[in-house]
Amino acid sequence: MKLTGAEIFVECLKREGVEHVFGYPGGAVLPIYDEIFKKNYFRHVLVRHEQAALHAANGYARASGKCGVALVTSGPGATNAVTGLADSYMDSIPTVCFSGQVATSLIGNDAFQEADTVGITRSATKHNFLVKNVEELATTIRQAFHVATTGRPGPVLVDIPKDVSTAICEFHYPETVEMRSYHPVTKGHPGQVKKAATMMLKAKRPVIYTGGGINGCRGSAELLTRLVRSLGFPVTNTLMGLGGVPYDDEHFLGMLGMHGTYEANMAVSHCDLLVAVGARFDDRVTGKLDAFAPEAKIIHIDVDPSSISKNVRAHLPIVGDVKVVLQQLLDALAAKGDKAPNPEALKVWWHQINEWRAKDCLHFEQKDDEPIKPQYVIRQLHEKTGGDALITTEVGQHQMWAAQHYGFRRPHRWMTSGGLGTMGYGLPAAIGAQIAMPDETVIDIAGEASIQMNIQELATALQYKLPVKVAILNNTFMGMVRQWQEMFYESRYSHSYFDSLPDFVKIAEAYGGAGFRVDKVADVGPTIEKALAIRDRFVVMEFMVSKEENVYPMVPSGAALHEMVLS
Amino acid sequence: MRHTISVLVENEFGVLTRIAGLFSARGYNIESLNVAPTLDPTMSRMTLVTRGDEQVIEQIEKQLNKLIPVIKTEDLTRQSHMEREIILVKVKATEKTRAEVLRMAEVFRASVVDVSETSYTLELTGKADKIDAFLRMLDPLGIIEMTRTGPVGMRRGAQGMNIEG
Repeated sequence: MKLTGAEIFVECLKREGVEHVFGYPGGAVLPIYDEIFKKNYFRHVLVRHEQAALHAANGYARASGKCGVALVTSGPGATNAVTGLADSYMDSIPTVCFSGQVATSLIGNDAFQEADTVGITRSATKHNFLVKNVEELATTIRQAFHVATTGRPGPVLVDIPKDVSTAICEFHYPETVEMRSYHPVTKGHPGQVKKAATMMLKAKRPVIYTGGGINGCRGSAELLTRLVRSLGFPVTNTLMGLGGVPYDDEHFLGMLGMHGTYEANMAVSHCDLLVAVGARFDDRVTGKLDAFAPEAKIIHIDVDPSSISKNVRAHLPIVGDVKVVLQQLLDALAAKGDKAPNPEALKVWWHQINEWRAKDCLHFEQKDDEPIKPQYVIRQLHEKTGGDALITTEVGQHQMWAAQHYGFRRPHRWMTSGGLGTMGYGLPAAIGAQIAMPDETVIDIAGEASIQMNIQELATALQYKLPVKVAILNNTFMGMVRQWQEMFYESRYSHSYFDSLPDFVKIAEAYGGAGFRVDKVADVGPTIEKALAIRDRFVVMEFMVSKEENVYPMVPSGAALHEMVLS
Repeated sequence: MRHTISVLVENEFGVLTRIAGLFSARGYNIESLNVAPTLDPTMSRMTLVTRGDEQVIEQIEKQLNKLIPVIKTEDLTRQSHMEREIILVKVKATEKTRAEVLRMAEVFRASVVDVSETSYTLELTGKADKIDAFLRMLDPLGIIEMTRTGPVGMRRGAQGMNIEG
């Protein structure tokens, strides 16, 4: 069967099981868009900016467990996509981005809308391809999905010149992928797993520390919870790992790191065994490296060998898929029969942890006649949704309060830009998540600064009748910048205040959605209820919150984890 | 410490940039980098020389392996191996120095590959320290220009570096 490149493109996506593509057309991808129109194999979601296409694909991937797909044109289409690619790369989210390119005969000529897309995106992707010949197109697309979704997942870009889309060749869909240079390890080394089980049973002050690997790997959270409960070990999640264990499980210490809980950071600082699962010892987690878990033996389970011993030396590395290795670990522990962890030592350890917990470090007081506390809004969102909504965030104080106070019941329901810290991520990610889960409640928790970075996506939400909720915590500041300026720059609030904020309610209405402003504590809950009841269009809730509230606890940059500022 | 790493890669467009980009993005240094196709034209073999402590070298190997077109890496420094590089050096030849230049070439077993009325161009193959010594000896005689390849290397013994082994 002879097909054009554009026809091969849609056939391949169909065979990959792609149901949704987030994109924006342009000159170099017109042949592909024409074929999308004719075949109608999948639903194309038209965003309003290419950055949003990538964030939406990211949110979609995280909510659905499938690969997110984006399609952009050459030149500015591709350069606009770079932030979204870099974001998915840092957070290991499986996405494939197709970009149009000028015709092969024009490449290198500074043609209209030409950019060296493969060159520009090389360090923002797990891998990228330039398809120079239509014969390579099907194999390349197959490899792109394979690379994006296996091993440590990540974004892959495929650059397709316009003449490749129109050229014709015999179509063969490769059923299997052969890549001699790419063989991710999935199964942990059995000897290492056995050693890990022994170390865990001997530990007196253990902590399990889990990251985005658990949210990225379907089925691993259940195994993690089982492991934690069977051993009775305390567990803490990174920002990326929230939802890995239910927030109300007695073993859960909350998040660790810069804005982690007192008990989580103290437990890590005093443990004698740290079991890291699908986490990468990010600087926001470890604080000062030489003071991080100084007394601990470290077991590190990760699918990416280069994450192991990169920042913190692991005493026992296990390379493998977290789900496979957790199962191996459960089996290895079961094989030890009635051997259980040292109950006396654990009792003493839990006693100590509960003393730290008693500090109640996330405590805040909300008086009825005072300004709304941002933490209170998050707690109300939790209450009204049963801790079971899909939550996306932008970046800043609201993101940290959401992480600290929302309380996640299940995995794969928390989407935040953890590694890159991209303001403007939350709204498009919420759109992607809502497309993936049309019947669920999806809330973008935002600040008045971040939301303006991709606010045009309200139009996308309207077009597809997505009942996305946007909860803006408006303190009129770039809150996190202001907090750092207050703490480390003697309150010189250099350019972190907005003199000219728009009326967000009017913006919501102008874009065709519902908008509510809340400035009284008593109205927070009822407004959330009202918003949750709206299912036919998007809703923006603007909460006027206290202006100079800070996120605590906080480990100042470069300080040790136990050197927290509590208030 | 100085490490010499052999890297087997897919012989495809952009591989060299990926490797060079990895080193610059992560702040690793490259002392030299040498690349050419292997007997199997679909693969290239690189020899790169870098410096770093154990942890840095371990990361370099892991990061190299993480690149999709990298098939295999081998840190030659961890085993018995040999290294050779080639140098071309152009030296001034005057009445007074002509004989001394040729004598040095003989001592180091370098060959003369080009002669002009005022210069000799010499070619030498050897380990880095031999080449350094050669350059030191020639320096007072007046070096006009020189170019060296940086080392290529392989394991000693019968075993080769290929996809399987």
